[in-house]
Amino acid sequence: MGTEISVKEYVVRLGDDALILGHRLSEWCRNAPFLEEDLALSNVALDFIGRARMFYTYAAELSGQDVTEDTFAYQRDCRDFKNHLIHELPRGDFAFTMVRQYFVDVYSLAFMTSLLESSDSRLAAIAGKAIKESEYHLRRSEEWMMRLGESTQESHRRLQSAVDELWRFTGELFDQDSPERELVSNGVAVDTRALEAEWNQTITATMSKISIEIPKDELQVTGGREGKHTEFLGFLLSELQFLQRAYPGLEW
Amino acid sequence: MTSHTQLYEIFIRSQRGLDHKHVGSLHADDAEQALQYARDVYTRRSEGVSIWAVKSSDIAASQESDCGSFYDPLDDKPYRHASHYDLPDEVKSL
Repeated sequence: MGTEISVKEYVVRLGDDALILGHRLSEWCRNAPFLEEDLALSNVALDFIGRARMFYTYAAELSGQDVTEDTFAYQRDCRDFKNHLIHELPRGDFAFTMVRQYFVDVYSLAFMTSLLESSDSRLAAIAGKAIKESEYHLRRSEEWMMRLGESTQESHRRLQSAVDELWRFTGELFDQDSPERELVSNGVAVDTRALEAEWNQTITATMSKISIEIPKDELQVTGGREGKHTEFLGFLLSELQFLQRAYPGLEW
Repeated sequence: MTSHTQLYEIFIRSQRGLDHKHVGSLHADDAEQALQYARDVYTRRSEGVSIWAVKSSDIAASQESDCGSFYDPLDDKPYRHASHYDLPDEVKSL
């Protein structure tokens, strides 16, 4: 029984990561620098929201009773959300959004590739769909790293400052608490620690190509998986959840 | 829109065996970005299996003023049309 609860918790965590990032990306809708990028970013946002739905739907099935995917998205408060902090940071400028996306895309692709081997067939199926999306996301965000890194002084400066700001939130991606470690040993969860070296190598290689420096020995901020969030998540949820909070049970 | 982006014409093949059809245009910095944006702008509802992106400036276009010399001389040459042939049933279009 203990494991089943953990599997559900794990699935919700993955759903939280996807929903919160999806929402942050959706904030670019009608705000992107130009039309084509607006549509492209919104597509990526929808991919992540779709990913959240797949995880939440599965978690709802594991919960039974009256729980649905919406229960997870709309009826929980900050402390209940277990997403990695990097996803909830405000969208910032375009460089910030794309650097975060690049970091997350490199991570996601490795993560989903590993999740494909999960002993949980539902998780493996979700991974199968997500991998294709992540491949495209990464192709886009990597392209943007090159473009911003090689274009103008200003784009390079913005890129560097985004990397400086975001770096302290990347360690958490590879930090797993004991319930998650337990699921790793069961073959359900992805061993994220095993992904770190390759992630670092990929990011370092890209950044050195465009002369972006990676901060050294930076103190890493963690807490997302425990429900300890930055001050930004509350504001995000108040917008995300407004309708269901004001009009509970409202449907199309 | 920044001045260094270029206009690309986008052609999409909706399914294997059919021709690429012009669907519209978009701005992009280079060919790779044009393909990515074409994917995001024009294939959101599974419209395509293949995309061509061509710089608009690379297209040589006939002008309205060419109409007279280009097309009018063809008006009195009906024998160039296939309309006088009886088509076998198997042939759907010609």
